[in-house]
Amino acid sequence: MTGKQPFRLPTGGRLIDRSKPIGFRFDGRQMQGLAGDTLASALLAGGQMLMGRSFKYHRPRGPLASGVEEPNALVGLGQGGRFEPNQRATTTPLIQGVVATSQNAWPGLTRDVGAINDALWRFLPAGFYYKTFIHPRAAWMRLFEPVIRRAAGLGRAPELPDPDRYEQAYGFADVVVVGGGIAGLNAARAAAQAGGRVIVLEQTGHWGGRTPVDHPDGQAAIDRVVQALRTMSNVTLRRNTMATGLYDHGYLLAREALADHDPNAGLPRQRLWRIRAGRIITATGALERPLAFAGNDVPGVMLAGAVRDYLVDHAVAPGRRIAVVTNNDDAYRTALAALDAGLEVPAILDARPAADGTLPQAARARGIRVETGTGIARVLGRMRVNGLQFCAQQGEGQPLGVIDCDVIAMSGGWSPVVHLWSHCGGKLRWDPATALFAPDPDRPPTGADGEGNVTAVGAAAGDLRVADLTGAVAEDSILPVWIVPANATRKARFKMWLDYQNDVKVSDVELAGREGYRSVEHAKRYTTLGMATDQGKVSNINGLAVLSDTLDQPIAATGTTTFRPPYAPLTLGTIAAEARGPLFQPLRRTPMHRWHEAQGAQWEPVGLWRRPYCYPRGAENRGDAVNREILAVRGGVGTLDASTLGKILVKGPDAGRFLDMIYTNMMSTLPVGKCRYGLICSENGFLVDDGVVARLSDDSWLCHTTTGGAERIHAHMEDWLQCEWWDWQVHTANITEQYAQIAIAGPRARAVLDRLGGMDLTAGTLPFMGWADGLLAGIPVRVYRISFSGELSFELACPAGQGLALWEAIHQAGADFGITPYGTEAMHVMRAEKGFIMIGDETDGTVIPQDLGLNWAISRKKPDYIGKRAQERSFMTSPDRWKLVGLDSIDGRVLPDGAYAVADGTNATGQRNTQGRITSTYHSPTLGRPIAMGLVHRGPDRMGEVLEFAVPGDSFTARIVDPVFYDREGTRANG
Amino acid sequence: MADMRPLAVITEATGLGMVLIRADLARAGDAIAEAAGLPVPDVTRFTADAGRWLGWMAPDELLLVLPGADLTATLAALTDALATEHALVQDVSDMRCVFDLAGRKPAQVLAKLCPVDPNALPADGLRRTRAAQVACALWRREGSGGHGNAAGEVWRIVAFRSVRDYLAGILATAAAPGTDLDPR
Amino acid sequence: MLTLTCPYCHVAAEETELAPGGEAHLTRHGPGSTDEAFEAYLFGRRNPKGVHFERWRHLYGCGRWFLAARDTMTLQVFGTYPAQSKYPPRHIVDAIRAARPGWAPDWDETSGDSAPGVGNDPAPNPTPTRDSFV
Repeated sequence: MTGKQPFRLPTGGRLIDRSKPIGFRFDGRQMQGLAGDTLASALLAGGQMLMGRSFKYHRPRGPLASGVEEPNALVGLGQGGRFEPNQRATTTPLIQGVVATSQNAWPGLTRDVGAINDALWRFLPAGFYYKTFIHPRAAWMRLFEPVIRRAAGLGRAPELPDPDRYEQAYGFADVVVVGGGIAGLNAARAAAQAGGRVIVLEQTGHWGGRTPVDHPDGQAAIDRVVQALRTMSNVTLRRNTMATGLYDHGYLLAREALADHDPNAGLPRQRLWRIRAGRIITATGALERPLAFAGNDVPGVMLAGAVRDYLVDHAVAPGRRIAVVTNNDDAYRTALAALDAGLEVPAILDARPAADGTLPQAARARGIRVETGTGIARVLGRMRVNGLQFCAQQGEGQPLGVIDCDVIAMSGGWSPVVHLWSHCGGKLRWDPATALFAPDPDRPPTGADGEGNVTAVGAAAGDLRVADLTGAVAEDSILPVWIVPANATRKARFKMWLDYQNDVKVSDVELAGREGYRSVEHAKRYTTLGMATDQGKVSNINGLAVLSDTLDQPIAATGTTTFRPPYAPLTLGTIAAEARGPLFQPLRRTPMHRWHEAQGAQWEPVGLWRRPYCYPRGAENRGDAVNREILAVRGGVGTLDASTLGKILVKGPDAGRFLDMIYTNMMSTLPVGKCRYGLICSENGFLVDDGVVARLSDDSWLCHTTTGGAERIHAHMEDWLQCEWWDWQVHTANITEQYAQIAIAGPRARAVLDRLGGMDLTAGTLPFMGWADGLLAGIPVRVYRISFSGELSFELACPAGQGLALWEAIHQAGADFGITPYGTEAMHVMRAEKGFIMIGDETDGTVIPQDLGLNWAISRKKPDYIGKRAQERSFMTSPDRWKLVGLDSIDGRVLPDGAYAVADGTNATGQRNTQGRITSTYHSPTLGRPIAMGLVHRGPDRMGEVLEFAVPGDSFTARIVDPVFYDREGTRANG
Repeated sequence: MADMRPLAVITEATGLGMVLIRADLARAGDAIAEAAGLPVPDVTRFTADAGRWLGWMAPDELLLVLPGADLTATLAALTDALATEHALVQDVSDMRCVFDLAGRKPAQVLAKLCPVDPNALPADGLRRTRAAQVACALWRREGSGGHGNAAGEVWRIVAFRSVRDYLAGILATAAAPGTDLDPR
Repeated sequence: MLTLTCPYCHVAAEETELAPGGEAHLTRHGPGSTDEAFEAYLFGRRNPKGVHFERWRHLYGCGRWFLAARDTMTLQVFGTYPAQSKYPPRHIVDAIRAARPGWAPDWDETSGDSAPGVGNDPAPNPTPTRDSFV
């Protein structure tokens, strides 16, 4: 075993299973670890300290930490669709056969061309890009940006679709405890004893947090409380679940890893919990801070707590000779753990003038050399630590001697994990005595009731020892130390890393301070401190402390940058969950959808509906099909699936009065049995929808809306009914989906329907703009004599469940007339031939009905309707508005959609003035030439004028004409 | 090892009649109850008997679900009973799709799709909400769900007709084997 | 993401089940109104940092519009009440005053006009600030 895992200790390792070796590959090299390893612990066991390169300087890097805060050991993980960049080796469970690759290094980790940047560090200070690439401006687009883009980015994006499943789930609890360490577990027990549902979330696969590592009886204490919680029926314990963000009103997001450890188990890989919590207890512990000394990023320089974790959890020795550098007592535990593991500890360098607490005494008693008032002048080694020069902490770094070591375990103290507390507005206070930002219990995040809804406990609250729960030995005070040594030379400060991932050094933050970046938020963005994927978990406090020193102000005055979710990156899959592939959107299907599908319809999305755009036959392209469909309708008969049109029933004693307010025209006077085209405006006057209204009975009307308008207009009606005219007796019901609706249009339409039998549809019985109920082909129908195509046309509504049967009956009956299904594009062209407007084409939210020549549909008798007052505003009544006209292409080319008509002169920003634009433009197969409509300045007064429409690289001319191109007298629809 | 059976047995209910009733429920409640054959339910509840369910949809709105064969007569009875009221009675039998959820853990299927705590609903609870991206109503009824679920719960989920395929898809996905929400 | 309790069906709905409708208690100005009054009605909005009255619709639910009194800064909800209210009801006013002692209603129940108008001075709106950290 030791052959493949030379740094695996012969005994110990509380999380590993020595009976289960696991093979994996790192940068092509076959390696071996054990079940229970992380990728990082397995690499270390195999002697692989070098795990990556930094982002900016491509510095060689080994792991700094053992958990989620890791800034260095980021790898590309997996292969093919399962490849993921920037995975932290320290939190990645080792699985059989996994393939990991290092990042930011080419051709390889040990020989990396990009490391040339490291030699150029003098020329790449903070703000380098801002300062360098400003001038000349043209060079930015052509030269600088492409080069920077190629160099930018961390890792590479996966190239194949993710084959894994993800899901979401909603959770509800009275109390959610975040963190399964000793403080969280005890808080959970107390909360559960008080009653109510309690959920405990632990980000790792193991209960206990640091307690089993740091305290002799820790594991037993954890086991006891976990056992007690398991017996409580109101407690849910969830491991591998990381709370990533806390939002309004106790809304907590948490990511549960279900199959990260075994992608072949057939389970969803991850699940995003959306938990609504009455109260949240953050027991999120603390993260250790590095110390800033020259060369503190050389592989082998690690956080002291992490060194301890590898020894105790995985029985992995990061090195054989472990030097410790610290400003507090806790790091002495690492020295003792190293001795326990049979490793050498050549020295503990303590920045404090004295170290006489229980732990330092224990270290001395075991023969460890302790140097107080001492720091590191410089780390020896480049690809790996091979020693250090030590110096007086209060000095400029004059070397006092050399210590041989292959690991430097450093501790600058611990910072409570305050992210969740801060996400939703909780405030922090700086405690100078313990040198940490802790949640201020007097200013917690608040919930819907205005009361605090988050409580921090344990180390997350600043109680780092949690002595009440762990029986931890007393510790002497930390000495806040931000730079080692205190008066380090300028040159040394260029080699003191704060943000490892983004290569931000003490010198960069000091430069930012000198250049006037007083706000910590500005300094962060200028230097990129804390902007990498680790979001500054290990760097922020050190960085703002250095900034405070530069600005000569207390740390509390500098403050922290804003903590924003997520705590750690979320896979996009968890955010999308089931919403991918066929379930990406809820596609709405009409009752005849499958028929259209079988006929090879090409689809047009209209909102969430899918409507047939056209039905190409044989080798037809879309344009051919549309032309054929139009000619079939104009010359014979065709059918359109109009089921998507909105249908809103409005009923009650005040329904007529109400509709007179909703529509611009008069609906109360519509006779029973008749239909009327109506316009709906918003209160600011703009046209928002149109459609045909049928009066069903004395007190009920059926309002048709556009396809996209059904829900919107129903909501509009309910808004006015409930919030303005709540004493009016009106009921509305959106019954859109109760009916299938079929438009049958063309000179042969009546003949086809006659063959179905059951109703007299002659013009005398059912005149244009009338409706009648009856049976056709034995199916109950309501027939509306309305036309959007300009042809003789009927719209048939029947219960949705019988829509397909009616559609098929019609096609059977019309087969020898060549009855042709037509799609939305044929409908659009035919309505444009008739000069009918289309909501969304001729309207865009700035158009009033008067612009469209629709004054005939605006009642002048009514004292009020929604939008009337707005249409009286001076701008709305101005003769200078752009108004609807037809446009005749001069050279016979179809005019470009949306193109603007240019006018003389330029506007304030130097663009050409405009005087109109094209709103609809088609080739009309009926007329054999292009047709178009547009909105033109004073358009109707300028008939016959020729306009120029400019598009990039081309120009079109068109003559202003009447917008009705076909059957101006309307005789065809009236037949 | 996880139980590798689906979380729920999902069946589509067809052939149902549905009637939308809008009226002043305080004034017209007795007339509605008589014509519908069921007492008017409390807020966010439903009443049920002999294959008929009467659900509270809004302060002035009820939905009657009944066997399709009873539709015509009941529709006429309701229309007649409310003839003198300001009321709206409308056949909406074709407007919706209906799925019943039984089996091992139907509530867990709903917990993945709806921002609702299914366990907090009473046995005659009706909760209008959304399932993923579409509006729906959840009708909870206790009964012999069978399939070994202890609570014997059965849920009915109702949505609009046009999104039937989508609803069927998300239900099946949420009920996929091995996706139990129980902690591991 | 907020939760608001619908005053009609008493369901505590989360924000994804609701549709927002902007400021509450606007008075409609129709034909015959002055340009100033109409402008204030159409465009004048308080947008306060603090106590605010809003329209919400229980869209994925009973479909009813209702009104909510809440603090736009702390997100505290003082209460919800029916849309058919010309002014916030007494118990809502009391709840706000209990939580924000310096706050005073800025409407005049006798004027019949609650439109804010662009020129209106906002009422005192004492809200604990969330953006200072020390």
